[in-house]
Amino acid sequence: MSDTAQSGPVLAADGTPLKKSLARALRLQKTRALLLIAPLLLFVLVSFIVPIGQMLWRSVENDIVSDTLPLTVQALKTWDASAGELPDEAVYAAFARDMIVAVKAKEHTKLGTRLNYEQTGISSMFRQSGRKVGKWDPVADAPFKQKLIDVHDGWGDINTWRVIQTHARKVTPGYFLNAIDMRLTPDGATTQPEDKRILIKLFGRTLFMSLIIMGSCILLGYPIAWLLANLPMRQANILLILVLLPFWTSLLVRTSAWKVLLQSQGVINEILVWLGLITDEGRLVMINNQFGTIVAMTHILLPFMILPMYSVMQTIPQTYLRAAKSLGATNWTAFWRVYFPQTVPGIGAGSILVFILSIGYYITPEIVGGTKGVFISNRIAYHISSSLNWGLAAALGTILLAVVLLLYWCYDKIVGIDNVKLG
Amino acid sequence: MAALTPISRKPLSFVLPILAAAGALVGLFFGTANGSGLIGIVAGAVLVAGLGYAYVEVLKNEKTALWISLAVMVVLGIYLAGIPGIVLGLFFGWFFWWFTHWLFEGRYRARLLPYLTPGQVLWHYSFRVICGLIFFFLVSPLVPVIWLSFNAQDFFTFTPEMLRFDPAGYSLKHYQDFFTNGEWQRSFKNSLIIAPIATVISVSLGTLAAIGLSQSHVPFRRAIMAILISPMIVPLIISATGMFFFYSKIGNFMEGTMGLDKNLVGYFKVVLAHAVLGIPFVIITVTATLVGFDRSLTRAAANMGANPVTTFFKVQMPLILPGVISGGLFAFITSFDEVVVVLFVGSAGQKTLPWQMFTGLREQISPTILAVATILVVISIALLTTVELLRRRSERLRGMSPA
Repeated sequence: MSDTAQSGPVLAADGTPLKKSLARALRLQKTRALLLIAPLLLFVLVSFIVPIGQMLWRSVENDIVSDTLPLTVQALKTWDASAGELPDEAVYAAFARDMIVAVKAKEHTKLGTRLNYEQTGISSMFRQSGRKVGKWDPVADAPFKQKLIDVHDGWGDINTWRVIQTHARKVTPGYFLNAIDMRLTPDGATTQPEDKRILIKLFGRTLFMSLIIMGSCILLGYPIAWLLANLPMRQANILLILVLLPFWTSLLVRTSAWKVLLQSQGVINEILVWLGLITDEGRLVMINNQFGTIVAMTHILLPFMILPMYSVMQTIPQTYLRAAKSLGATNWTAFWRVYFPQTVPGIGAGSILVFILSIGYYITPEIVGGTKGVFISNRIAYHISSSLNWGLAAALGTILLAVVLLLYWCYDKIVGIDNVKLG
Repeated sequence: MAALTPISRKPLSFVLPILAAAGALVGLFFGTANGSGLIGIVAGAVLVAGLGYAYVEVLKNEKTALWISLAVMVVLGIYLAGIPGIVLGLFFGWFFWWFTHWLFEGRYRARLLPYLTPGQVLWHYSFRVICGLIFFFLVSPLVPVIWLSFNAQDFFTFTPEMLRFDPAGYSLKHYQDFFTNGEWQRSFKNSLIIAPIATVISVSLGTLAAIGLSQSHVPFRRAIMAILISPMIVPLIISATGMFFFYSKIGNFMEGTMGLDKNLVGYFKVVLAHAVLGIPFVIITVTATLVGFDRSLTRAAANMGANPVTTFFKVQMPLILPGVISGGLFAFITSFDEVVVVLFVGSAGQKTLPWQMFTGLREQISPTILAVATILVVISIALLTTVELLRRRSERLRGMSPA
């Protein structure tokens, strides 16, 4: 106990000033909290945030040209492409030396594939030339200019060199340009030829279909949420199980269920044929198109819409509606002017959640979407596993991520990250 | 529930037209199925309205009416649709019997507020019907999957034998295939290896972090929370893309430089990736449980000489255990159900059950998928029940501790 008559700072039990002691306690508490969080934070940073960061970097990274052809890139710096003449012997010599090294390390085909994204045909040029150039000697076989042009006349084409020169820089906006149906040419960014413009359309389709899915989720989810919120607790809990059951059921189970239902020999078509509403030849095409994707994804994402709406509607007293009606409002006015505005936060939260989830969906469109009903995510997967154009995949992913983060930010503004609830 | 509103019998001029309309609607479907919609409409309307009139005016006995109704409809069902018609007949027989008396006795008003206008009553029931249809949309797609998994044929479609409820049309062979086929068993085993380990990692780290986050003074709380929740927000395809690049490098390093077994490295990568995906669920459920945790309990424990570790295991842990377990179940189901990331990060040795199903759905369509799907539905019902019970228990526990 410190003496009350004593002037100066209040002291704690151990004689240090109370302020200091409290500050120390607070610091200790903060450190303890951070120490508890630290392992997980590190884990998530290393195994999640870093990979995402690397992906972002990969969407602009372009080391391969300058790493595989260092001398050529150096030599090409002084070459003026606009003059309309082939580069001089120095460039060809540098290229031959680079190629000899690259062929030994088996890097030249990779470079060929990379440059092939920019100009079709380069890949085979590199492969064919690689076989011969690999046997050359960098000193004895000089000069190289004519020899290279003899190996493949592509080396006598100014365009080839311009492409190499254009893509020599280490950081390129090329993938992002590709992602929005443009490309980086020696003359600057231009639009892709008509037949290659698919990505903008695909982005548009992804957004459009996500909006439709979101809209149908609102339409189907609102009545359910209302019913759950207005029923007595016991009945509401039982019905809530019907909402949670599909929520807990494996995604693939639900997707396969829709495949069973929608296919041309599927349950819905069989019933319609049995009822005589359609003929056996005129079976409806409901799968492998946009309809299939929209129906299946609405079903899959509906619980994500219902749950936030339900938790908002639960807080709205039922008496408000009765009060409005007793004051003379019609049924519609009471609903539209009194009840509905209070449910808007729930609709907003659910919509953003459903929208975020649906624009990144991959599995369901892949299985029931065919070619017409796929999303941008399917294109990303295609570039990762089939065409191996990883830079473009990363650029597409980055754009998608930016959209999602923007929406997430809105979600945070409306609902708050901490208020996410499950089940 | 006691009747709120006094009910009274309704005039036949109100009941019969509605019955006729309902009968016509059902008759339309059976009519088109058997050749002529128009005959169906007329026959349905006449039949249902006639039966209704007979029940309430001639018979005046609800019990007898039920038996008559069932008998008539079943006979009709058999005549129109064969054996499966029995099910439909029983249903419609019961339904029209119930519907007739419900309307005639005015029971539909019993549970509603007395002052509702007829329009509001009509809306009330139409709204229920709409909601019923939406619930049907939510739950019914699972029914054909379960049903078809007992198909004796190797098809995704109903055979005539199945519809006739002929035992020859049913078999357990797809289940047998699942339990004996090496590929399915391997993927099932992989799932059972990967999901629990990933769950343990995310639960242990996640619980610690959640306890840290629920302290009163945490610097950068929002930023940390945002980072920890991010695996749930970032679309899976993007996480998968990022992890694909990252883990292939890590994998090469571990195989090449450290000389580890390829299979082991594969499991390591997939487990880590799945653990990250499960973390947000653990964080969210555990922090939600900790919100209601009474902090004076830990202080009381400390006061009585318990050190922090003892306090945690003896006092705090038992109380938040329901939250931890349900977070763990969420993490488990996330990993158990996950396809995209494992597709990108794993190699053939780590093929999990969802992956196998995914390839099955895309390439060789085999009804074994439906058997697996049924098993998964059963598992998810079990998990859902567990989570629900835990939630109730958690609320009870919280109710016991002084708030």
